[in-house]
Amino acid sequence: MTTLTSPRGPRDGTEGEGTKAGPPTPGRTLRDRLPARLRRLSLPYLLLLPALLLELLVHLVPMAVGIFMSFKELTQFFVRDWGAAPWTGLDNYATAVDFDAPVGEALLHSFAVTVVFTVLSVGLCWLIGTAAAVFMQENFRGRGLLRAVFLTPYALPVYAAVITWSFMFQRDTGLINHVLHDQLGLTDTRPFWLIGDNSFVALLTVSVWKGWPFAFLIVMAGLQNIPKELYEAAAIDGAGIWQQLRRITLPSLRPVNQVLVLVLFLWTFNDFNTPYVLFGKAAPEAADLISIHIYQSSFVTWNFGAGSAMSVLLLLFLLLVTAGYLLVTSRGRRSADV
Amino acid sequence: MRRIRAAAALLTVTALTGTAAACGGGSSAGGEGSNASTKTLTYWASNQGPNLAADKKILTPELKKFEEQTGIEVKLEVIPWSDLLNRILAATTSGQGPDVLNIGNSWSSSLQATGALLPWDAKNFAAIGGRDRFVPAALGSTGATGKDPAAVPLYSLSYALYYNKAMFEDAGIDGPPATWDELVADGKKLSKGGKWALGAEGSNLVNNIHQAFALGKQHGADFFDADGKPTFTSDGAVAAVKQYVDFMAKDKIIAPGNAEYAQNQSLRDFARGRTAMVLWQAAATTFEAQGMKPDEWGVAPVPVASGLPGAGEKVNSMVAGINLAVFKNTDNIDGARKFVKFMTSDTEQAHLNKAYGSIPPVRAAQRDAAFDRADTAVLRDTLLKSAAPLPQVPDESQFETSVGTAIKKLFADAAAGRGVTTDSVKAELSKAQQQMPKS
Repeated sequence: MTTLTSPRGPRDGTEGEGTKAGPPTPGRTLRDRLPARLRRLSLPYLLLLPALLLELLVHLVPMAVGIFMSFKELTQFFVRDWGAAPWTGLDNYATAVDFDAPVGEALLHSFAVTVVFTVLSVGLCWLIGTAAAVFMQENFRGRGLLRAVFLTPYALPVYAAVITWSFMFQRDTGLINHVLHDQLGLTDTRPFWLIGDNSFVALLTVSVWKGWPFAFLIVMAGLQNIPKELYEAAAIDGAGIWQQLRRITLPSLRPVNQVLVLVLFLWTFNDFNTPYVLFGKAAPEAADLISIHIYQSSFVTWNFGAGSAMSVLLLLFLLLVTAGYLLVTSRGRRSADV
Repeated sequence: MRRIRAAAALLTVTALTGTAAACGGGSSAGGEGSNASTKTLTYWASNQGPNLAADKKILTPELKKFEEQTGIEVKLEVIPWSDLLNRILAATTSGQGPDVLNIGNSWSSSLQATGALLPWDAKNFAAIGGRDRFVPAALGSTGATGKDPAAVPLYSLSYALYYNKAMFEDAGIDGPPATWDELVADGKKLSKGGKWALGAEGSNLVNNIHQAFALGKQHGADFFDADGKPTFTSDGAVAAVKQYVDFMAKDKIIAPGNAEYAQNQSLRDFARGRTAMVLWQAAATTFEAQGMKPDEWGVAPVPVASGLPGAGEKVNSMVAGINLAVFKNTDNIDGARKFVKFMTSDTEQAHLNKAYGSIPPVRAAQRDAAFDRADTAVLRDTLLKSAAPLPQVPDESQFETSVGTAIKKLFADAAAGRGVTTDSVKAELSKAQQQMPKS
């Protein structure tokens, strides 16, 4: 009778083949000479290595250079040989956080706008996405078609979608005012959406429109993993739809939601395409997101040192928020497990 | 294990957030390029025509002509306006750019400060037929005063007042206004029944600057002092900006909707008979494309303030146009000079400027009969007699952005019915000035 042995070797704690220490035999490869345990432990790292190298190349190296640049006075006089730009120490950072001076004041305003925008956008995306996913759990005619329609904003190229919105938001010729003012008579005058205070509403609308299908998709995937028996048992115990939602659906979705909210937060906070396509390089104050603000400092006013310093500050803020978020959510998970 | 996970998550976040992308290493600051590759040239042309394809159609036969004459093949890339400055900046930073390129003439000083462009000293000018061939006004927009130009003029433009003849006739107005007071008075007659007197591009930063600069000159303001320091809050500058925004806020001769215009919608409105006047550089081809017949509109010099020295003498336009520059690190310096000489030759200047509706900055080419047409004659005379270059300072592009944004904000206030006062104008310009680099 042939016994099949695991390639990992026996599980009784005895040494398996290939783990015996001894003098190297000619013809044995390095892999053969490595202990099996070491090979086993190193495999994940070897598999991750290509991605890690690419990550270094694409993100971390430029980021390090960006941090280096933030300590320099890098203006148009030095872009050609930016290594030669004079060191300014922490001057760029001091300028960015001097909230009594125009640059710092504008940055703080932009930061505040971005925080409010992100909270509202992520909240609405999550709410609409979850509601739609729960609604789509029910089997009904045309569900497949509706699901495809829901995912359309997520499938469209961002630039094309946002530029279409910008046409619709135009005061005199846009569809939005045509409906609100001409058709429904909801406004006394034609409001401006791309300049002035309403620009925040326009920005939020487009952001939620293109963001909620992602939340819908992820929550829908999460719902597939909740055993139907739980709902059946709850129904037998007399739990209604709301109780099932509160006691089964939302707690079961917690791990999915933790990742979803974090990703949505990071994407929304750093969103550049939406405000840039809607408003151009000079966004109205009400919609002056920090991504555009930093772009303007770097690429429009050609002050790359200041722009880099602002970017580093933004990165630190996002790291702190994320670390705090992970800490709180992992605590919540642990207490739930108890 | 949890720690490892948290660290991995943080690393992921770091990667997701990113910092400002770093630039590539700069090329060594060399002298005048080399002749390592004498058979080809790369040329970045700015988008001058209705679209990129039209530019290729206009330029390709000329580049073929150049190849036949010199044996040098020119690889053409037409770049949209919105991308051009960033592309030039990236090329400057990385040292990987074209040999020859078009630049907006108002960027000359800012790009000159980077040290990436070939200076046009006496020797280089001699290689293209001499400096005296060019109109002085156009040469005034090629770099900082007292330095060798960073580029040579290629296409010149200035502003003119375009007006709708039928709308003027219907309102009982004999002819175009020569002063701002007349323009406002005529404007009030024209602004009725859903139609408006004057078109504007309130959200277009560059257009805002062009208008405010010419008005500033009429108020004795330069926006920069002799040392290149910004003076945005001078009485003249504040009065100029207020006068421009007041056309909407106080005089009510610009439609509030124009506050959000930034994509030449004011030209569309003019062509459709919604506005009676527009201040523009060379709009004939656009009007034609919008279905307006040439005899439906007239053209006149941009108005000036009442009193002396009067029309034709007072500055009423910035010197607009495109310059041709050579990257210092080119591998075909002789070929680049030959190409600039070809593009600024009398024949090519007449041909290309005719095709684009602009004015040749080369004197001899201006004598071509094509430039005696009513509209081009106004642009040409303005350029020769009453146009001034935008400030030739290294921070010029920052000036366009900061002051242009301030005017955009003021137009938004005017459109929303919020008052535009001397104080509010000064406050916005003060904010713009404080955001300028401390150089």
